[in-house]
Amino acid sequence: MKLLTCPINGVRPLSEFVFGGELRDMPEAECSDKEWADYVYNRNGAPGLKKEWWYHSPSGTWFVAERDTLTDNVARTYLYEQEAAK
Amino acid sequence: MPLRLLKYALSKEYKETRFFRENVTPKKSYDAVIIGGGGHGLAAAYYLAKDHGMTDIAVLEKGYLGGGNTGRNTTIVRSNYLTPEGVNFYDASVKIYEGLSEELDINLFYSTRGHFTLAHTESAMRTMRWRAEVNKHVGVDSYVVGPDEISKACPQLDISCSGHAPILGALYHGPGSVARHDAVAWGYARGADRLGVDIFQSTEVTGIDIKGGKVQGVQTSRGYISTPRVLSAVAGFTPRICKMAGIDTPIVIHPLQACVTEPMKPWLDSILVSGSLHVYVSQSSRGELVMGSSLDPYEVHSTRSSLDFVEGLTSHMLDMFPFLSNVKIVRQWGGMADMTPDFSPIMGKTPVEGFYLDAGWGTWGFKATPISGKTMAATIANDMAPDLIKPFRLSRFEEYELTGEKGAASVGH
Ligand SMILES: Cc1cc2nc3c(=O)[nH]c(=O)nc-3n(C[C@H](O)[C@H](O)[C@H](O)COP(=O)(O)OP(=O)(O)OC[C@H]3O[C@@H](n4cnc5c(N)ncnc54)[C@H](O)[C@@H]3O)c2cc1C
Repeated sequence: MKLLTCPINGVRPLSEFVFGGELRDMPEAECSDKEWADYVYNRNGAPGLKKEWWYHSPSGTWFVAERDTLTDNVARTYLYEQEAAK
Repeated sequence: MPLRLLKYALSKEYKETRFFRENVTPKKSYDAVIIGGGGHGLAAAYYLAKDHGMTDIAVLEKGYLGGGNTGRNTTIVRSNYLTPEGVNFYDASVKIYEGLSEELDINLFYSTRGHFTLAHTESAMRTMRWRAEVNKHVGVDSYVVGPDEISKACPQLDISCSGHAPILGALYHGPGSVARHDAVAWGYARGADRLGVDIFQSTEVTGIDIKGGKVQGVQTSRGYISTPRVLSAVAGFTPRICKMAGIDTPIVIHPLQACVTEPMKPWLDSILVSGSLHVYVSQSSRGELVMGSSLDPYEVHSTRSSLDFVEGLTSHMLDMFPFLSNVKIVRQWGGMADMTPDFSPIMGKTPVEGFYLDAGWGTWGFKATPISGKTMAATIANDMAPDLIKPFRLSRFEEYELTGEKGAASVGH
């Protein structure tokens, strides 16, 4: 069974988590339609180490995981407030 | 034929000719280079040569022909989609498939079975009725049936699904078929080869040379090839190739898994799909049950397979067919599905002149192999996409004009 570490609840089976997609910055509300479409639809689909949203569903915790999408190895996980927001 | 067989039986060496020439060194330049020796790339090469007289073409495959998703899919061919644009497009493909064994002179084991998309809830029934109306409007054989008709076609099915999820009805699609997937790749490869196309296996594209917004050539593991036209038909590798070309797309890669049971005597004629139970099944010409489910839930660039997948799938299979509890799973595997947000492909021209994209085939592209080959060949030959594939253009996203097929493609591939 694959495991993932929730920053609050510790190591849990992957089946308790939901994938929330890559962490991306939202453009300003005044951006052009094209920039908005780029934000809404386009993705960095190439493999590599990415920051992603994950959700621990039993406890309702959203957090950030740094994961290599080629090897599926998770480098680290942390709360958005702790780090990514800064 | 029997005489030829006898000749081989008596001869000491096997003199059957190869399916296609074994090319080793590409020329310095080609009129067009196709990246990806899956069904789509090979079909495009074949139709470029056959329909447009362009034969100075190289197909570059980093592994072996058909070793990508073409040789990993569960081979369902159907056209009962949700949007008129989708239904028209896939229907054109089904029509080519029906005569394709003949045209390519290879037995594709194309077998028309009838296809049931089972509905276990009122909301699923509503989607089935919606699809049936769109399908009929476009002239595709597709209608809603009740539990009795399903039982008649498949008496082994437990209509109550062990009481968990009783079946209320289904969308029935007569032309639904299965075929031998690797033969599709080989048939197109041989057809293209005979018309003069050069096919290179174990040849990887490592870079795309673009100057002034125009394609100049490709870097490969066998040296540089100059060419004004490049088609990327690499399914699960599309984001990597698009990165080389500097093109942004919405495509993300999720694994899609499948498995087969040990062979049994033939008992399942139809193809059955259940969106609610996340399973679909058909019986192959070898007698194995070929089964699959929905996508793996998160992005991974890998063809690994997992125990979670077989456990989930088989528990739902047993809801439908309790008598299979002693049957063994003998093989499982995975492919890399190139997913788009609207479950439609991305086909046609791109912001880079001479760089064409045939991608976003996700979990549903095997059935489109012939028509995508034909329409991409036309796009390359005329530098203009035919009307049939305009709804699938890359620019639809920035134009906010999606072609939403999720209701018809998320489990039933
Ligand atoms: C488990 C599973 C079940 C499916 N079931 C169905 C189904 O029932 N019905 C249906 O219609 N569709 C189904 N699909 C989807 C279907 O298999 C694909 O959409 C389709 O086969 C894509 O064909 P292709 O030729 O575009 O890609 P592929 O067959 O994947 O070919 C792409 C090729 O490009 C090569 N390549 C990649 N990068 C490079 C490079 N840099 N240089 C050179 N070559 C490169 C790869 O090695 C590969 O051989 C399924 C897919 C999977 C994984």
